Amino acid sequence: MLDTELRTMIDEVKDGRMDRRAFVQRMLAFGLTAPMATQILAVGGVAMAQSPAPYKPTKRGGGGPLKLLWWQGATLLNPHFATGTKDQDGSRLFYEPLASWDANGNLCPILAAQIPSIQNGGLAADGKSVTWKLKPGVKWHDGKPFTADDVVFNWEYARDPATAALTIGVYQDITVEKIDDLTVRVLFKNPTPFWADAFVAVVGCILPKHLFAEYKGAKSREAPNNLKPVGTGPYKFVEFKPGDLVRGEINPDYHMPNRPYFDTIEIKGGGDAVSAARAVIQTGEYDYAWNMQVEDEVLLRLEKGGKGKTVYTTGGDIEFIALNFTDPNTEIDGERSSMKTKHPLFSDPAVRKALALLIDREAVQKHIYGRAGRTTASFLNGPEQFVSKNTKWEFSVEKAVQVLEEAGWKAGADGIREKDGKKLKILYQTSINGPRQKTQAIVKQACRKAGIDIELKSVVASVFFSSDVANPDTYSKFYADIQMFQIPMTQPDPAQHMRRFHSRFVATKENKWQGRNFPRWVNKEFDAAIDAAEAETDPVKRAAHYIKANDIMWQDTVTIAVQHRLKVGAAVNSLRPVLSGWTNDTDNIQDWYREA
Amino acid sequence: MRQYILRRLLIAVPSLLGISLVLFTVLALAPGDPFAELVTNPNVPPEVAASLRAKFGLDDPVYVRYLRWLSAMAQGDWGFSFVSRMNVDMLILQRLPTTLYVIGSAQILALLIAIPVGVFAATRPYSIFDQIANTLAFIGFSLPTFFTGLLFILIFSITLDWLPFVYSSDIKATGIRWLFEHIRQAIMPVMVLGLFQAASMTRFVRSAMLDVIRLDYVTTARAKGLGQSRVIVKHAMRNAMIPVVTLVALQMPAVFGGAIVTEQIFRIPGIGSLLISSILSNDTPVVMAVTFVFACLVVLFNLIADVLYGWLDPRISFR
Repeated sequence: MLDTELRTMIDEVKDGRMDRRAFVQRMLAFGLTAPMATQILAVGGVAMAQSPAPYKPTKRGGGGPLKLLWWQGATLLNPHFATGTKDQDGSRLFYEPLASWDANGNLCPILAAQIPSIQNGGLAADGKSVTWKLKPGVKWHDGKPFTADDVVFNWEYARDPATAALTIGVYQDITVEKIDDLTVRVLFKNPTPFWADAFVAVVGCILPKHLFAEYKGAKSREAPNNLKPVGTGPYKFVEFKPGDLVRGEINPDYHMPNRPYFDTIEIKGGGDAVSAARAVIQTGEYDYAWNMQVEDEVLLRLEKGGKGKTVYTTGGDIEFIALNFTDPNTEIDGERSSMKTKHPLFSDPAVRKALALLIDREAVQKHIYGRAGRTTASFLNGPEQFVSKNTKWEFSVEKAVQVLEEAGWKAGADGIREKDGKKLKILYQTSINGPRQKTQAIVKQACRKAGIDIELKSVVASVFFSSDVANPDTYSKFYADIQMFQIPMTQPDPAQHMRRFHSRFVATKENKWQGRNFPRWVNKEFDAAIDAAEAETDPVKRAAHYIKANDIMWQDTVTIAVQHRLKVGAAVNSLRPVLSGWTNDTDNIQDWYREA
Repeated sequence: MRQYILRRLLIAVPSLLGISLVLFTVLALAPGDPFAELVTNPNVPPEVAASLRAKFGLDDPVYVRYLRWLSAMAQGDWGFSFVSRMNVDMLILQRLPTTLYVIGSAQILALLIAIPVGVFAATRPYSIFDQIANTLAFIGFSLPTFFTGLLFILIFSITLDWLPFVYSSDIKATGIRWLFEHIRQAIMPVMVLGLFQAASMTRFVRSAMLDVIRLDYVTTARAKGLGQSRVIVKHAMRNAMIPVVTLVALQMPAVFGGAIVTEQIFRIPGIGSLLISSILSNDTPVVMAVTFVFACLVVLFNLIADVLYGWLDPRISFR
């Protein structure tokens, strides 16, 4: 990827000496697919050819109602307070960011006049600032103009710890300044290759300054508009009942032509995923339902009715098994899984290798996740330019046995392998969730055949994922040998996703187990790759660093990828939802329409 | 009478205090964290979750939190939901009309079925009608509401496509159509709850009636030459209703509990579904408030039952 020839060609395209098509054709000749070639161009800093979704309606409105069914309803409508996607989805109907993500992980301008790039002068060459030009003539639902002051205010609002905004992480380390009424500049302390976090997608939704200015800081909860959003979005607020219903009506002054298509919109909340799938796919009572965590078998059966179908979007969500590198059974200074210990079994790389050989990902996909999963060997599965081609996986009990035999793990009288008096007994924990318990069973069975005894444990999700310091069963304490869950990738950039395994983030008693490196894995080479990537502004080199980091994790068997999970929604046949695996389902709601 | 009610209300205060203490302690001891969802979200640094916990007072000792809750409650401040950052009383009030409408209709339906069927069955014990009513009643209370609910959805929504199975709290139509839609979408949940209630109540009414109908004063009334219907309605039923009133009154709060499942199935935005979602998201102030409201309802309906006794049977006096 880094060879000079490719570089020269990318530069030629940049300078206009070679056109995009010629480049793509040359790449095809090298055996690369066309999307891959455009990705390389994008990585190389050449702006993507804007391929907006083909939006067919030729006039605003007239589409009747759009009825969405979320089996967990939005509980609040201030995007800065949103605790989960349900809340973000609800507020996104009314509030808008400067730009959103499309299906391929490219930015689409919403309130921005254009996407900043090096070519248009939006991105500083040193990677330390981004200049956003705002769309002129945009009005809030109450008629006030939208300006750079609003954007700057949102930064001030969110970064104030007293506001208790959940987006504080996005805004606390940046500086935002107003250049003129329609231009803002975001300044970073360090060169920041991934600059599209603040003011982008759901965390970037912008509140009107004139309604929230008085409620910055400790009074944030009292703002009357927390429950009555006034935004710039395609729909105007009508009604909100927490956990039950969000209703909006068309914004006749919306700033995009011919949009939105629907006259009214509602998100109904509550119930369960299966009946939500029924209400869309089988009876057509609702148009779209979100997050169909339903067995594929059931969905296939429902789809036979023919009123609706499931829709899949690919992001980077990964279901994986993490291995504990410390000893969960030895207590040092009141701390189990302490950094001062080493895992008695996993300190032998052969055991880790064998374990990776015993995860039958194909069976998991076939019997559990179906169309909503892909098998993978890597922890990092997107966007395309960051995906390693060097990793591979295999399921083979014989090979696992061979690896263990060679390393000196011999079967004992009870069939369980042991070495130096240590038996291959492993505690495998996960949260309570149908598919996870089934996966556990599949793994346990294969391990048994290879002479590894697996004890299964499942913890209620609310405990497993809690940050309660007093509870021993949280995933971050990791008082087990291996554990499995899903880490979602919330943006099309691997920085946050990969950073967590850096050795400076190990979870310990000292940091109240808030560190995100719960396998407590320490690898100098990986740390170096992450540090290098985070300081690297050249997109091609940066991608190479992340690929390397992913490969180190794979070689060291820190995590065993179980399934690359796709997002599943259900839509009636006539609906044309615009979805992306890289963002919330409603992030491009202005582009949704219906076709006869 | 007024004195009696006042005394009863005063007695209720310590019991409600005790209930609130138990509820609070149990909730505080239960594992979980309202900010659990943030933990796996890499966008939110762990310090944010920690500072939110501190801000909402979750790190304080249990007794401090209880006393704070109690003093706020005494001043009429129900606190605010951690999840929606909205005042709890507002959340509950928003849900109340729907719950009252659905549960109220179900309870009325149950009574409308149970009393005539039970009384009629008792007047002709072991007749064909009695046998059929008994059998149906057994089936009725053996089937849990989550099962009948799903069964109804399968039959009436999916196969026949007659009724919607997602309850919508606001219907856009006006006038007659609005009323019609409201009735239409409530049919299934009201049936599910009402029939379940009716089944057990029928059995109860029947046995209460059987007890009374054999008493001497009923025979006397008949001997006086009064008509059958007059004897049953005026003489036998009034006495037979005393245990039934207790049952109905004590079941009222329980129906709120039973509605949790039904509300979840039909997506009725009532108090039950508020409770479920708050429990799932560890939203302690809301759980606390809703369970406390349930506790108050139990106490209140007990009182109502006692007052009704006096009206039904003047021999019972209030002292």
